[in-house]
Amino acid sequence: MSAGIVTTGAGPGFVSRAAGHGRVTFVRVLNAEWIKLRSLRSTFWVLVAAVFLVIALGLLVCVGTVDRWPNTSAAEKARLSPPNASLTGLYLAQQAIGVLGVLVVSGEYATGSIRATMAAVPHRLPVLWAKSVVFGAVTFVLMLGTCLVAFLSGQAVLAKEHIDVSLSDPGVPRVVVGVAVYLAVTGILAIGIGAIVRNAAGGIAIVFGLLLVLPEVVRALPSDWQDRITKYLPSEAGQALTRWHPEEGALSPGAGITVFVLYAAATLAVAAVLLRRRDA
Amino acid sequence: MIKADALTKRYGPKTAVEGLTFTVRPGIVTGFLGPNGAGKSTTMRMILGLDHPTSGTVTVNGRRYADHPAPLHEVGALLEAKAVHTGRSAYNHLLSMAATTGIRARRVREVIEMVGLDEVARKRVGGFSLGMGQRLGLATALLGDPATLVLDEPVNGLDPEGVLWIRTLLKSLAAEGRTVFLSSHLMSEMALTAEHLIVVGRGRLIADTSVADFIHNAAPNQVRVRTPDADRLRALLFGPEVRVTGRERDVLEVTGVSSDDIGRLASAHGITLFELVPQQASLEEAFMESTRDAVEYRVAEGAPGPARTAAAARHRDGEVA
Ligand SMILES: Nc1ncnc2c1ncn2[C@@H]1O[C@H](COP(=O)(O)OP(=O)(O)OP(=O)(O)O)[C@@H](O)[C@H]1O
Ligand SMILES: [Mg+2]
Repeated sequence: MSAGIVTTGAGPGFVSRAAGHGRVTFVRVLNAEWIKLRSLRSTFWVLVAAVFLVIALGLLVCVGTVDRWPNTSAAEKARLSPPNASLTGLYLAQQAIGVLGVLVVSGEYATGSIRATMAAVPHRLPVLWAKSVVFGAVTFVLMLGTCLVAFLSGQAVLAKEHIDVSLSDPGVPRVVVGVAVYLAVTGILAIGIGAIVRNAAGGIAIVFGLLLVLPEVVRALPSDWQDRITKYLPSEAGQALTRWHPEEGALSPGAGITVFVLYAAATLAVAAVLLRRRDA
Repeated sequence: MIKADALTKRYGPKTAVEGLTFTVRPGIVTGFLGPNGAGKSTTMRMILGLDHPTSGTVTVNGRRYADHPAPLHEVGALLEAKAVHTGRSAYNHLLSMAATTGIRARRVREVIEMVGLDEVARKRVGGFSLGMGQRLGLATALLGDPATLVLDEPVNGLDPEGVLWIRTLLKSLAAEGRTVFLSSHLMSEMALTAEHLIVVGRGRLIADTSVADFIHNAAPNQVRVRTPDADRLRALLFGPEVRVTGRERDVLEVTGVSSDDIGRLASAHGITLFELVPQQASLEEAFMESTRDAVEYRVAEGAPGPARTAAAARHRDGEVA
């Protein structure tokens, strides 16, 4: 590269009108976080991969279901949830979104860019809120589109055995939108965890522990404990919104997502307190 | 104007900064010196509200940094080389910083051009060299056209052209009435750039003075005298502060007497002088002298490289002769 520094214009009086005198506002911090999110190539590719995997996995499960349908028992047939079958990719997507949410924050600590960020927004909290809003909104919009495609293509496959449902069937829109909502809240929860531990490996381990390992641990408990605890676990509560047939003993969709949102809110609140208190 | 008042920072048992009180005035370049681990970077982070002081306060233009509604326009900072996400391009990094206070994209392109990064502005910062990272840091500092600049080792890694550029830039920014506060370990560069110095060691203030006074006080000026009558002249030079040494025969190195006085003395006694050269001590010598007891991380005795301080070496060599 030619590293020639321009000395003209850098002399006295380089006062620039383009520099302006703007104040920090929340909308501006939102814009800054949006620029940051869209300017990382790794984020872009993980999201693209998530979109394709969600659609592909849904198709795969639907093709398998159709293929086995003639040999499927009546009990199992009754248990099939066609919308959920086409949205099985939820489990892959929540991992991708969970990892990205952690990285949105921990990446700044790992590279030291957090200092630039906090120097620009010294009140700090707007950064946490803006990261949550931007990443939550991007996840919601992207995953809503993805879920629609996965749903429609999955149902087209299931139609071969006439076991498909339509978007206008009762409860179906709730499922499709619910998956996008669940993933968006997962992303925000992951941002909170990333901001608390500030470290990619630790943050990702905690997110997976919370969403995947905890339900397994609880499954090992005596069954009356299990019944009482399981439904309040973050992933179980949140996924109540996404199930077409509510599971036995689970929270209602509305109560479930409320509990899940409360988990995310509590995590963000802890992150906010720590963010104010700790050195950047 | 930056004002620190009894600024103290502890990290667990480690006291990084202890009771620092100083003022950085606008209109001049103020250098911030101290051995490794003296607390310079910590102090600068506290100025920017990134680290919270354990006690004491620091304000910029009368307010805590965080209380300024438009911080980027108030203080431009270069903290560490590459305080930038390695996966992002220089342009996008600056654009995101600019967005927080509504600085236009035009200004982003302006500062990129100013620091000479136009050709690599769209490349990932992860691939930048040390000097390119420094230039990006400088671009970030200049983005909001701030009234105060806080720069932690800005010349570190810059090529000679870049060093010259930043020296000129900082002086002209100060001349415009801005406050410029920079740390550096490059003494010769500091001597050329700064007018005033704040020197710290082990977190405490060692000196807060002009560069000229600092050099004068820490390492008094020497006069080199070459004369065939060295012994006779030596006998004439005495006094409480006078110190005469000499490495070669015929050569005296005198401190505590001005060259004018030596000249008059020699003339009065009919002593012929071949050379009478006032030698200004360097900032490096003055720095080594005044921070000798505050150096925490010292090169092992006998290790390759100059383990002794230059000024100390000068004294010892002199005494041997
Ligand atoms: N975050 C931290 N946690 C623990 N100790 C720290 C931290 N930051 C700095 N220190 C310690 O505080 C002291 C001062 O460090 P600082 O980085 O401020 O020194 P410095 O003057 O900038 O040194 P250098 O010239 O090497 O850059 C050092 O002993 C350092 O180890
Ligand atoms: Mg330092």
